[in-house]
Parts: sequence; structure tokens; C-alpha cells
Amino acid sequence: MSTIKLKIDGQTIEVEKGTTILDAAKKINVNIPTLCHHEDLCVSGNCRICVVEVAGRDRLEASCATPAENGMDILTNSAKIRNARKDVVSLLVSEHNTQCTTCYRNTNCELQDLAAEYNVDGDRYLSVLKPNIEVDKSSWSIEKDDSKCIRCQRCVRTCAELQHVNALTASHKGSEMKISTFMDLPFNEVVCTNCGQCVNRCPTGALTERRYFDDVWEAIGDPSKHVVMNTAPSVRVALGEMLGYEVGTRVTGKMVTAMKKMGADSVLDTDFSADLTIIEEGHELLTRLKKVLVDGDSSIKLPMITSCSPGWVKFIEHMFPEYLGHLSTCKSPQQMFGALTKTYYADKKGLDAKDIVSVAIMPCAAKKYEANRPEMNDSGYRDIDAGLTTRELGLMIKQAGLNFQNLEDSNFDSIMGESTGAGVIFGATGGVMEAALRTAYALVTGRSVPFENLNITAVRGTEGIRAASIKIENCLPEWSFLEGVDLNVAVAHGLKNARIIMDEVAAGKSNYHFIEVMGCPGGCIGGGGQPIPTNAEIRAKRIEAIYEEDMSKPIRMSHENPEIVKVYDEFLKEPLGEKSHHLLHTHYRKRNRY
Amino acid sequence: MSNTKLKKADIIFSSYSVAPYEILKLTMNKDKTEVINEILDSGLRGRGGAGFPTGLKWKFMASEQGEEKYIICNADEGEPGTFKDRKLLVEVPRKVISGMAIAAWTTNSKLGIIYLRAEYNYLIPALKKEIEVFDEYAEKFGLDFKVEIFSGAGAYVCGEETALIESMEGKRGEPRNKPPFPINSGYLGKPTLVNNVETFASVSMVCRYGSEKYKSYGTDDQHGSKLFSLSGDSPKEGVHELELGMKISDFVEEFGDGDTKAVQIGGVAGFCIPRKDFDKTIIGEGNTTGGATMIFNSTRSMYNVLHNYLEFFAEESCGQCTPCRVGTQQLLKGIEAVKAGDKPESYLDDLVKLSKTMKITSKCGLGQSVTNSFASIVKNYKEEMLY
Amino acid sequence: MADVAKIIETKVEQYGKDRKALIPILQGIVAEKNYVAKCDMVEIARCLDISAADVYGTASFYSFIEDTEKGKYVIRVCRSITCEMKGKNKILKALEKELRIKLGETTHDKKFSLLETNCLGLCDVGPAMLVNNEPYTQLTPEMIPVIIREHRIKEN
Repeated sequence: MSTIKLKIDGQTIEVEKGTTILDAAKKINVNIPTLCHHEDLCVSGNCRICVVEVAGRDRLEASCATPAENGMDILTNSAKIRNARKDVVSLLVSEHNTQCTTCYRNTNCELQDLAAEYNVDGDRYLSVLKPNIEVDKSSWSIEKDDSKCIRCQRCVRTCAELQHVNALTASHKGSEMKISTFMDLPFNEVVCTNCGQCVNRCPTGALTERRYFDDVWEAIGDPSKHVVMNTAPSVRVALGEMLGYEVGTRVTGKMVTAMKKMGADSVLDTDFSADLTIIEEGHELLTRLKKVLVDGDSSIKLPMITSCSPGWVKFIEHMFPEYLGHLSTCKSPQQMFGALTKTYYADKKGLDAKDIVSVAIMPCAAKKYEANRPEMNDSGYRDIDAGLTTRELGLMIKQAGLNFQNLEDSNFDSIMGESTGAGVIFGATGGVMEAALRTAYALVTGRSVPFENLNITAVRGTEGIRAASIKIENCLPEWSFLEGVDLNVAVAHGLKNARIIMDEVAAGKSNYHFIEVMGCPGGCIGGGGQPIPTNAEIRAKRIEAIYEEDMSKPIRMSHENPEIVKVYDEFLKEPLGEKSHHLLHTHYRKRNRY
Repeated sequence: MSNTKLKKADIIFSSYSVAPYEILKLTMNKDKTEVINEILDSGLRGRGGAGFPTGLKWKFMASEQGEEKYIICNADEGEPGTFKDRKLLVEVPRKVISGMAIAAWTTNSKLGIIYLRAEYNYLIPALKKEIEVFDEYAEKFGLDFKVEIFSGAGAYVCGEETALIESMEGKRGEPRNKPPFPINSGYLGKPTLVNNVETFASVSMVCRYGSEKYKSYGTDDQHGSKLFSLSGDSPKEGVHELELGMKISDFVEEFGDGDTKAVQIGGVAGFCIPRKDFDKTIIGEGNTTGGATMIFNSTRSMYNVLHNYLEFFAEESCGQCTPCRVGTQQLLKGIEAVKAGDKPESYLDDLVKLSKTMKITSKCGLGQSVTNSFASIVKNYKEEMLY
Repeated sequence: MADVAKIIETKVEQYGKDRKALIPILQGIVAEKNYVAKCDMVEIARCLDISAADVYGTASFYSFIEDTEKGKYVIRVCRSITCEMKGKNKILKALEKELRIKLGETTHDKKFSLLETNCLGLCDVGPAMLVNNEPYTQLTPEMIPVIIREHRIKEN
């Protein structure tokens, strides 16, 4: 790799050829401000905030988009730059809805930060904000407010490069240029998976999640309602970021305390139903394998693909509707939880299901949509009444005036509050696969997976698509048909990689038996409802925390969860049994691809 | 007109009787590098407005490796006041295509595309006929070079070479970051040479007359002849081929209507020269070389003129970069506000400063050029901005 | 009726079944129907396997790709400064009068749409306008009814 030498602010440095001025400056601890730039995305160079002076040139250069060259003499801070940058920020402000006091991203907005840093005078220029901009609230998951858009196109690039959905585009030009859906139709009328990755990367409040926490407060305040909250694995390793903790801090105990103090009648754990999902899905996989390998049943589709990511589910419904047979019929842990809450839980606690309000706290934007899918009412009621994001929970904790950092730890309530390490790792990409393998292998061979500490590192990591193979040997008699089989598995995260997987399946070239697909890069810990900002480092730290939590659990395999054993004994009877089919499994629908 | 130092030239529209594509044939008998050096030596600069030395561009292009290389003729002539390329394509398409063919031969490129603006769709039938003639001769000469026409779809910004390429790739005409430059990574990521219609026609003439003769026209700084599209308050509207280096005062004497108040050189992206500076300003020095010249007499309101320009920019900006997208709107709204008395006179100074910020921060030439006319009109016609 | 599928097929043959065929396809449809409808965009998306949003984002960028229904003859009057100086506003008024519509509108019988456009490159022979692809130059208000009548007759 060839290197080049250049000067930045009087300091000579050497960098690899191809390094941008922005990255070169980072090496000497100079942080040039940016807006349209995002580490997860390709270079844009359109906001013109990151401009720097290059000796010999009258024009300023965008440091994010300009490769450093030999002999360049760069200034990152000068009157010329500050004045230009201040002008650019002023222009953005003049195009902006500056009612920050009522904005969801108030205090966490990149434009606000810059405007304050540069002491921008909002009255310097005239307002060119278009009047009467309507907020698009048509979607269950995502809200779009064009009056707050700075047209950085991060959302467009996210939906294009990371997710390959391309639901958003820049449209028109000049003073009419804006970010649009197809024909500017409402979100619920276009091909969008609700993954919310766009929301995570929006620097302002132009794209946010639909918020339902006011409804939840109302339910909590209603004495006739019994509010059950369940939290996903990913929430506990990211919630702290909203409450003063460093990225990657596990705040499980305090989180439970906080929710109890907020007034939830019961604080339960989605990890419980994650364990449940493993039992159901594990058995489903083994059943499919038997039908294919023993019965030669060609109507059974392999590879079987996980179905707990609602962004991914909507993706395959739109993009590969002929292959829905590959999806596991299992509901997601959230929805399984909801269905059981209003049947099993209600029964055991002697409650009338109609008085139960089930609230799911998720790292996810798509789960708001999932909770409202028409078919998700197998309990006889809406299985999940409200889906909240990690961000909304953080807000509620602040609203409740809780001094979070000083709270004591508490445990989840029962009877759906116990979980294993296998349940917790659902939050990381590869986690569902690992959890499933831990249990499936044990079921089939009577032994634990042959990996140290049960950690199947082959399916871990952040590469877009990972593959592994486990040999099944010395099976228990009833599973003898699997003797010697190399179980081929794959893990994909981010819808771009989901598309690659499905293109292979569609071409008949997929040699896997079981595939885990998560709609969001990083898996759920990178979900559309997680604290903002996001980048690879943040996601890596959250993933680390997930595996730490796993190791801290006394029980590491789903089928050993005593509450799981109990729910089968006393209610479901058997995996894939009649009750399971009714409450814990679902069907999918074909949607338009374009 | 006597006593004028304005020099007409007769290079591009010079007529002579030769077999079709004779210039191409003769050029192909030379050494490729020699031909490029001759063009370099002639000092020919891009005639679209940016003025980059043509020979240098071709040199870079020739050194690019690879089978897939493209020659693009930028016929997106969208600069208000410019129509010389239209005339060239109607009257001397052969010279244009010859220039493209010479480019293709010297740089080993196999495909040429004429990017023709949508507004010139009516030129397509005749152009296609000429391309058919060319195909015959190319085959005769053993030149593996095909020419196609790609229609624009109505976007001034697609005159910028990377926006043009984006448009050909089926995308929005949003200019790219440079580097990489089209020569290294252009259409479909391949080496691409983009030159203006007049540049290609000029190349044919350089190859015909030789660089020495070509250099004898113009000044030390700007060689050769240039086509000027003239419109407005002038009895001689049309395309004029002139040597570069004349003073505006000479120009006005020849082409004005006797009551010339201002001359816009270089289209709306160029400069507006007031009467008092006619004598001091030389065309081709410190201003653009696109050649669009509009003459305004004393009946014209410069406020109207500027307002017209700004409406144009605000509409045609591609919209991706902040300074241009918002700045053009600010300048437009700003002069309206000052005129209406909603903003004080001093606000005009703020706007001029803003236009200068746009010059140094905009991503492409569109946003970078707005200050040219904005500052010159506001400065020189302040009264008209206020009353 | 324009057969959009056929138009797409022809352009794909020439340009390939990928993104670079998009603008020729849009132009082909505009040449037939003078605008690209929502369902056309979905059809294009299907044929090129790109998202409908991408088709829309590109189409909406270009002034000559209309996405709302236009008349059979789209009149584009040049609004550049020199055409304005030569009397473009009078021409516009004459058109509005003759067609009985305002700028931006389409006649009830869907025969004519009246738009303004930026520099047509006919500055030395202005005021100028395009009627679909045909240029009309050195216009006077008196010429307008004649030109419009010509086009009405063409119909029959």
C-alpha cells in the first residue's frame, strides 16, 4: 500500500493512498464537522459542512470527498472556513423548521449542534421553508416530517446501500428538491419494510419512529388496566446510552426497576419467549429435515429461514413472495409473548385478558407494524397493544423523574420473566442461530454442542453473510436419520445481505438447511429503535455486551429454562402441538415488489 | 464599422471543398501522439465555458488503459444566451463528428455519444443522416468508432460533465465529486472524454490548418477563434466568429444598438459588464469562454435581468448541495425583499457575501458561478435593486 | 393507446436491461403519451428490477419528463431574458387567450398544455417556443392563433 505525505494545520503526516482529508485529519485528532457523511455509508459530499482550505486553491474542498494528495497543505480551521461553514449552516437553518422545543430530536440533533457551535443567527437570512408541510403518519412504524429535512440523503443511501430496498429517493430539483417515497405517497402505501434504519441515520427529526408512549402512560394510569411490559434482549445493552452510560453497558437490573417504578404491573422478559421460539423453531426445523430427508416430501422447503425479524419478513413478502414457504411459521418472540400474555399469563394470574395491556419494548421500528398486523390477534385480543422503542423507554424513564443510575437492580417478574443465555443472544446477529443450534444439537444427540462454553463462534461476527457447518454424530435413536449429516447453516444481517441469500434460494443454489436473517445491520442491537447515533463501533460494543450477558446467565440453553418447561407442561403441552399452532405460529402474505 | 479593433475570424465556418471527412483521413496518416501535441501546442481551450486545455485533456485520455473508452460530445447547450452549438450542429456537423473521430483515433476509444439536449430534438433526423455518412467513411478508413445520439431530458445542470454522465447512466443529473475525473472514471466507471461541440469543431480546424496558423489568431493567452452567440438589444443577433482578446467597447461598437448599458458575457453564469467598464474589460480574460453574449440597452431593468437569472438558477440547481440549493433561493428572495423594502439596502451586501460563499463551497460550477452575475449586477446597478 | 410494455422492450433491446435504459424509456413513453403515469413507473420498475421510487426520483428530476397528464401538444414558451425582452409575455397572453387556459394548465379537450421553459437556444430569433419537438421562432401575438389552428387541423 503506497503512502502519501501531506500537511494538515502545519503538521506533516503520512497516510495510505486513498485516505480522505477527513480521515487523515482524524489521525491527528482533528475532528472536522460533517453532516451528510456517515461511516456506514458511501461518500456523499453534498452538505458542504466539512470544507477545508487547500493551499493554492481559492475554492474550499469537501474533506469527506477529497482524497489526500502528496504535498497538500491543508487548513481545517481558519476565518475563511468558519465564515463559509457558518453560512452553510445558516442556509440549512433557513430551510428548516426551527421549532426545536417540540421536536423529538431536540438535544440529539446534528443540525442543532452545528447551529449552536457556530452561533448562527436564525434571522440572518429569510426563511425558505415551504409552508403547510404535512407530516406523514400513515405508517405504524415511521414518521416523516419534510419540514425538518436537510436533504443530506443519508436516508436514501441507507435504504439503497445497506438495505437494498430503495424506498426513498431524492426527487425534483432546485428549490423543489426533496426526499420522497414513490410519487410522494404515504409510507404505508409504498414498498417499505419499516426497518427504521433510515431513522437511525437521520441527523435531525425528519425521520422518526411513530411514538406511542403517551398511550402507554395512559394505560399505566388506568387502574382498571393491567399493564404488562416485556423487553427485548437488545434493549438492556443499549438503554444505558440514553441515560448517561457508556456504549456497551448492561443495565438490565436497573431497567427492570425503572419499569416497575414507572408503574408497570408486571415487568417480564421477551428473552423468555425467545427461548420459547427456539423450542418451537428447533422442532420445526427438525420436522422439516425429517420430512425432506426421510419422507422425501418435496412440498417442504429448505433452507428454513428465521422469521423473528419483522423488517425481514416484510422484505421477503414484497421481494420474494413465491418463497414464503421457506420462512419458519413461528411468530417472533414479541408476538409469541403477546399471545401467551393474554391466554396463559392471564389464566395463571386470574386476570381477564380484556384488561391486560401488553407493551413490548423493542430495539425495532418494524415491531410497531408487526404488532398491528391484522392476523396478530390469536389470543382473541390484540396480542401486543403497543410496541415502544428503546428510545421511547429512555424518554419515559426521564419523564418519570427517575435517577436511573442510582436505582437498585431488580429481577424480572414471573411467570414469563426467566430466560437463558440463549434467549439473550437473539439480540446479536448470529444469536438466533447459535441459540437454535445449542438446543437442536442437544435434542438430537443428547449432548451439548461441542464448543467451549457453548459459544459457537463460527456464527458470530459482523461479516454480512457467514456460513458454518456442524456435523451431527452419535444421535439419539429417534433422530437417527440425521446421523452423519452436515448441518449447513448461514447467518445474514442487513437486508442487502438478505437479498443475496434470497437470490441464491431463488436460483436453487442455496445449500443451507437453516438460515438466520436479521433485517438490521448488526442484528437487533442495531435496530431501527435503538439510541442514535449508530456506527460499527457502537454496534460491536453492544454485541459484546450481549455475549457478556449470555455468559453471566446460569442457564445457557433454551430448553433448560424452568419457566419454559412449565409453560409446556401446564399449557402448551408439546412443541408444534395444537395450542402452539394456534397461538405461536403464523402465516404470511404476498405483497407487491415494486 | 471602421476604427474597430474587433477581428472577425473565419476558421470554424470556413468553407472549402474537400471530400467528406478528408481532414480525418489526413490526420489518421500522422502519429497519434504528434496530433495530440499539435492540439496542445495550438492552445485550444474547451469552448463550453470551463476553458480547460483540450490537448492536455486528450493527453490524459490517451494514457488511460482499457478497451472501453468513451468520447462524449457535450451538446447540452443550456446556458441562456448560447446557441452556437445549435448552429454548428446544423451547418457543420461534419466538422464536429470529425473532431470526435480524431479524439477517438488518438485516444483509442471506440464509442462516441452526442449528448443532445432535449430542446434540440428537432436536430436529430439531420444528425442521424450525417452519422450514416460518417459510418461509411469510418469503415473506409478502418476506424473502429461508432457515434450515437443520447437525448437529454431537460436539465441545465447536465451540461456539467459528471452530471451529464450520471444522466447517461439513468440517474438524476447530480454532479459527482471530483476526483475521480471522467478521464479516469467516467461513464460506467470507464475513461471518458467530454468536450463541447465547438471544441470538437475547433479540433478539426486545428488539424486542418495546423497549430501555427491557429495560434496566429487571438492573443498570447487565448489562441484561435471563438464563436459568440449574440442576442438582445442588437441589430446583429446571431453567431459571430471572432478572435479572442477584443475589448468589450469594440464589441459594443460593432454589435450594440447605440444605447448599450450592459453586456452579459458568458451567459447567466458569466459576468455583467457595465458601460463604465467596457473599455477596461477584455473578452476571454478573467471571464468565461462559453461565448454567450447578451446586450442590454438603457430601457432594460437590471433588476428584472437579475431576477430572471436567479429564477433560472433556483430552478435548475440539481439541489444536492446546500450552498447552491438554498443559496440560489436566498439570493432570489433577497433581492425581492430589498426591492419591496422588507430588507434594508445593506442586505444586498450580505447577499453578495453569500454569493461569494456559494462560489467557494458549491459542489459544481452552477453554484460556483452565480456570484459572477450576482455581484457584478448588484454592485454596478445598486439603484435599480432598490427602486 | 401507447403500449408502454412495447416501448420498454424496444429501449431495453437498444440500451440493455439495466439502469442506463431508464431515461430513454421515460423519453419513449413521453413521446407517445406526453407524460409518464404512476402505473408506467411501476411497469418500468418491474422491467428493470429497480424500485419504483428510483424511477420516480429520476423522472421527476428532468423538466421534459412530465408525471402528470399533459395535452397532445405541449407548448413550451421560452422565458429566458432575451426572449422576455423581445415580448414573450405578450406571446404568453396570446396563447392563454387562444387556448382559454392559464400558464401551467391543459385544455379541457386535452389537446394543449401551456408551460414555460428555460432557454431554448433560439435567443437570436426569439421570442421562441416549442410545440412538442417543433420550434417556433420570431413569434408575434398574431401568429399564435394561426399556429394553434394548424395543430387543431392536424388532429382531423
